[in-house]
Amino acid sequence: MGFEGIGASVRRKEDVRFLSGRGNYTDDINRPGQLHAYIKRADRPHARIDAIDTAAAGKAPGVVRVFTGADIAAENIGGIPCGWQIHNKDGSPMAEPMHPVLAVGKVRHVGDPVAVVIADSRQAAKNAAELIEIDYTDLPAVANLTDAVAAGAPEVHDGVAGNLCYDWVIGDKAVVDGVFASAHRVVKLDLTNNRLIPNAMEPRAAIGDYDTSSGDYTLYTTSQNPHVIRLLMGAFVLHIPENKLRVVAPDVGGGFGSKIYHYAEEAIVTWTAGKVRRPVKWTAERSESFMSDAHGRDHVSTAEMAIDKDGVFLGLRITTLANMGAYLSTFAPAVPTYLYATLLAGVYKTPVIYCNVKAVFTNTVPVDAYRGAGRPEATYLLERLVDAIAYDTGIDKIELRRKNFIPADAFPYQTPVALQYDSGDYQTTLNVALQTAGWDSFEARRAEAKRRGKLRGIGISTYLEACGIAPSAVVGSLGARAGLYEVANIRVHPTGSVTVFTGTHSHGQGHETTLAQLVVDQLGVPLDQVEVVHGDTAKIPFGMGTYGSRSLAVGGSAMVKAMDKIIAKGKKIAAHLLEASVQDIEFKDNTFTVAGTDRSKTLTDVSLAAYVPHNYPIEELEPGLDETAFYDPKNFTFPGGCHIAEVEIDPETGVVEMVNFIAVDDVGRVVNPMIVEGQVQGGVAQGIGQALFESAIYDPDGQLLSGSFMDYTMPRANDIPPLSVATENTMCTHNPLGSKGCGEVGAIGSPPAVMNAVVDALKEYGVRHLEMPATAAKIWSIIQSAQPRIAAE
Amino acid sequence: MYDFAYEKPGSLADAVKLLSADPDAKALAGGQTFIPVLKQRLNRPSTVVDLAKLGLTGITVSGDKVTIAAMTTHATIAASPEIKAKIPGLQHQASLIGDEAVRHRGTIGGSLANNDPAACYPSAVLALNGTIKTDRRSIPADEFFQGMFTTALEPGEIITSVELPVPQKSAYEKFRNPASRYAIVGVFVAKFASGVRLAITGAGQGGVFRHAEFEKALSANFAPEAIAGIATPAEGLNGDIHASPEYRAHLIGVVSKRAVAKAA
Repeated sequence: MGFEGIGASVRRKEDVRFLSGRGNYTDDINRPGQLHAYIKRADRPHARIDAIDTAAAGKAPGVVRVFTGADIAAENIGGIPCGWQIHNKDGSPMAEPMHPVLAVGKVRHVGDPVAVVIADSRQAAKNAAELIEIDYTDLPAVANLTDAVAAGAPEVHDGVAGNLCYDWVIGDKAVVDGVFASAHRVVKLDLTNNRLIPNAMEPRAAIGDYDTSSGDYTLYTTSQNPHVIRLLMGAFVLHIPENKLRVVAPDVGGGFGSKIYHYAEEAIVTWTAGKVRRPVKWTAERSESFMSDAHGRDHVSTAEMAIDKDGVFLGLRITTLANMGAYLSTFAPAVPTYLYATLLAGVYKTPVIYCNVKAVFTNTVPVDAYRGAGRPEATYLLERLVDAIAYDTGIDKIELRRKNFIPADAFPYQTPVALQYDSGDYQTTLNVALQTAGWDSFEARRAEAKRRGKLRGIGISTYLEACGIAPSAVVGSLGARAGLYEVANIRVHPTGSVTVFTGTHSHGQGHETTLAQLVVDQLGVPLDQVEVVHGDTAKIPFGMGTYGSRSLAVGGSAMVKAMDKIIAKGKKIAAHLLEASVQDIEFKDNTFTVAGTDRSKTLTDVSLAAYVPHNYPIEELEPGLDETAFYDPKNFTFPGGCHIAEVEIDPETGVVEMVNFIAVDDVGRVVNPMIVEGQVQGGVAQGIGQALFESAIYDPDGQLLSGSFMDYTMPRANDIPPLSVATENTMCTHNPLGSKGCGEVGAIGSPPAVMNAVVDALKEYGVRHLEMPATAAKIWSIIQSAQPRIAAE
Repeated sequence: MYDFAYEKPGSLADAVKLLSADPDAKALAGGQTFIPVLKQRLNRPSTVVDLAKLGLTGITVSGDKVTIAAMTTHATIAASPEIKAKIPGLQHQASLIGDEAVRHRGTIGGSLANNDPAACYPSAVLALNGTIKTDRRSIPADEFFQGMFTTALEPGEIITSVELPVPQKSAYEKFRNPASRYAIVGVFVAKFASGVRLAITGAGQGGVFRHAEFEKALSANFAPEAIAGIATPAEGLNGDIHASPEYRAHLIGVVSKRAVAKAA
């Protein structure tokens, strides 16, 4: 047993069960007497439901019950709630149309749930669902943003004029317009952030279970935040008091945000389990995932930067259309506002910023946070715009960045868009990345590639993001309908081993290892004597779950606070056992010592005394060694860094090959460097996916054309070059660990680096910008259209 | 998938009888397309007749012919030293189909009978001027492939093997669909003493086809330059979210040149 504390790359405790097929995922769970649900979904994007005939389905073999929206409407069941309310620029609240559990009156996107068949097998339920007859009257549909805001566009929701969910602003338009009016130059860029489908390896699944003796409900679900689901579903949808509702999120195979939200299927299985008095299981087929998991991104923006003659940024002006899909998913309204526009300063000291965001309903799957959530959109916009400024002015793209960086001595730094950055050193991450990438010798590589007939390009992104969204009071004032603290319960057992009950949730991130290492560090308990428990509302205190790279910065900080309480109480017990004053007790390496002496008691001695309080200060101190702490952060954390990508393009085919990728990130204190490297690798792979491959494509009428892996291009292992991942860290100044978060940096920093490299590779064709994904077909057509002009020159 | 009866006959005659007696019966020859189709409920056979027990596996080389039994898997073909020595283009082609799991289940006979317009093998069999042998006859490749998912096979007719003449040179080049990894354009070129045959898969609305102009030019001069100036019209080519007909037309030229360069 070597060093296992903070800074040790210990192997992941959870991997033994994951890699040997012994994980316990929702679909692995089977309850006695379990039935199966199959959900009949809309096969069209927008239609009025004239009639639903379930008679034949109800009589089909193995069928127990069939339910429709009318059955739900007849009960005391609410719509799927939205967890964040944005206000329009005139102060009025956003449009928040009803999101029924099963469609009532209309369907609004392909995949909208219309009816559910409960049967004794999945096959029987699916067979019967084919017998449900639905009379639809098709309505005109709208799928993309510009169509949805055009005059006369079909309305997704009656009474939501112009499909406008909200029209929100940040910054003072008059001030920014004034800066633009007198600026030396304005550089403008129109750009789209492509819509993505998360595609977690494990499809969503849910089991509802109703205990006929106690009247208790249990929901097993693929969730990143079981307490949030219990609150939303119990209080707003099914009206089940929290003491009668348990939500379990066991092993979860990837989420990337898509498993944060409360989905209709969770309410369906829980409610129907109560109706039929038997457990009901639903597991998504992959094609269902494509049309029912919340999608990500989907912005159309115009960005303008006012600059002086030296390229110093004077002001930034943005307008963005953000697709909400057909209904508001749990945190959707926050993504293009407080998780996007507040990031538009990036790493630069742009003094004034104005951003107007219009959120728009369309006949598509709801859109919500996806790995990075708003920050990738902001970063892509900003880092493409900076390269466009370099392109238009001829100023070197590195020099341009350096001269506009917030300097390392300017922290804490107040941006013009609400956030106050606590720490960072952008010159250092840039310098290390440039050196690692061999930036200065790139032109020789470009020339060498040219001799091989390839177009080589290099691209950079210097980015910043915000994690551990907080504090609760601040996010509440911005419209969050939840707190954003975290909780930890540290239970030292009588013999000195420890169980951690955390409100965060691990769905691939390795918390069972990283969080255990905090216990190794602070209490000196060996790693194999620490168990991390998460994902069960019956076991853990009310926690907020995992998203926004918050688990270590917020959840880990709660653990530190709880362990501080353990140590404080342990000192009192040790003082009693050692007949010393509590002020003289020191705790280090699992041992309480009377300062300056060799008299000591181990944590085990103390915990045993706490649970077997024979010789114990029982008058002053309760027995037991079990402490809980809630931690509400004082601020966001601000990871950042520099990503550099190198690509080679085959001009004959347009194929882009990633040949080199360097990430130098500042993630604050690193607990397990191996896990951080893995998180960054995974994020970068997703970022490369967005830049080069992935795109959710709807036809103009709302049919999803990229509805399977046959047409939706996921990045594969051989698309990803060897990744050079390093960290250059400054500490978060306001949490006890100094950690900032690493889960999303890869997906945030990498897309603009890749696209800047692609644009650079195409510079001889006069390319200033192209939209993601940079597919071979797209690049070929750009080369084709440029060729006659080049030939003419 | 819908429920169906499953049969695994032990003789070719029994398999033919099962398939001929019931128009809704379907043959299973590896199932790497068929099973996903069943899972999507896009096909509803009464009976699935598994051809795995008919003894239709193996590769034999005799003189200037290679014969591959219909149920030979892609993995077997990709790993075959005989195929590599005699028809390197085919060995390479088999190694590019699907992934490891697909290659260990999918069979050449199954692929040919399905004639997916983006499948790889039809290009090899057509370029090599192969002969498809069935339970009742021999069909030349030029007559076998009759359009998208359409072949000369009669109801109940089972491919038993494919006989391929050994060319002087051969190569396959594949430009993959980035998502599915099927061919957007796949080109198989084969040089015989009698001339060059070049077949293209993935691009045509009617499935695999030969490129007469390329063949003529390459028969005169088997070098990439020979076809560099020949444009392929976009008419009749597929267009989808991944590649327009124009892009496919362009790729036909690029990929063909690369195939020739590899073979030459």
